[in-house]
Amino acid sequence: MGVKIKSMKYNDFKDNEDLELIDKSGGNILLTTIDGILNWGRSNSIWPLTFATSCCGIEMMAAGAARHDFARFGIEVYRASPRQADVIVVAGTITNKMAPVLKRLYDQMSEPKYVIAMGACAISGGPFFYNSYHVVKGVEHIIPVDVYVPGCPPRPEALLYGVMQLQRKLKKESFIKRSFNKRKWKYEM
Amino acid sequence: MTNENIQKKILELVPEATETANKQYPTFIIPAEKFHSLCEKIKQSEDLAFDYLFCLSGMDWGDSLGVVYHLFSTKHEHTVALKVKTADRNNPELDTICDIWKTADFLEREVFDLFGIKFRNHPDLRRIFLEENWNGHPLRKDYVDEINIVER
Repeated sequence: MGVKIKSMKYNDFKDNEDLELIDKSGGNILLTTIDGILNWGRSNSIWPLTFATSCCGIEMMAAGAARHDFARFGIEVYRASPRQADVIVVAGTITNKMAPVLKRLYDQMSEPKYVIAMGACAISGGPFFYNSYHVVKGVEHIIPVDVYVPGCPPRPEALLYGVMQLQRKLKKESFIKRSFNKRKWKYEM
Repeated sequence: MTNENIQKKILELVPEATETANKQYPTFIIPAEKFHSLCEKIKQSEDLAFDYLFCLSGMDWGDSLGVVYHLFSTKHEHTVALKVKTADRNNPELDTICDIWKTADFLEREVFDLFGIKFRNHPDLRRIFLEENWNGHPLRKDYVDEINIVER
């Protein structure tokens, strides 16, 4: 069934149907082999951006620290610059005043880039959904989200699971096809 | 100083003040025009010596707007809460106390930002959190924002 993640069985993951949908686009054998190697490398060195706006950030730090140890999954080096980061974990409430800053950070990241929306606030506005004038109700209003990690705040284990889901998603991608399409798109412009 | 003594002292300084029931601190409602002079006195007096303003919050009671001040004395370690109200919702004005406690400067700016209460003689009364071109004062009970607020 394709995507293998170390120490967790394929059937133990949820959302396998969505993953198989990506598969249907197909690809030839040579390219998928090269893609496999590339994606093996890419998915095991996802570098997150040092970005956290509230209590989810504390859980993210806990996930990065010794007990839960994010680094086992290669999502290890927190980069202080968006230029060097692969994934932005939106950990916390995004207010209307913060929204343009988040958008700019996302724009500054280099391709390929991924977004994990962590916690209730980033997913939907959470506790600030009703009767608030200042909170963005879901970060997908500003930037495209790859993985949602529910919780308020989520446990570090939940974030680890979200990261593994991102790795699976990443392993299904065709990097070559993607960059080829992009070049074509550029010429057509 | 015991709470009874604080009550006695404050009623001596402002006879119009009314005490309201509060479990934690002795609480008084002070008429707005007497408030500034009262603050000066209770800061300078030897036996009250309220030298520390530790909380200043804006309030919207529906019929009136106002501010609650929490004062503490580091010398005697006693606390008092003072309430000031103004019934004018369209153009609420109160006296600033940032010439007495400097910390009130930013706190009053916050109250101005979110409740629209203007503080007379404040040196720099601008919005502090929201953008300069923001319309209205969002923590007021009658604030409407049809775009951002989902009512429940």
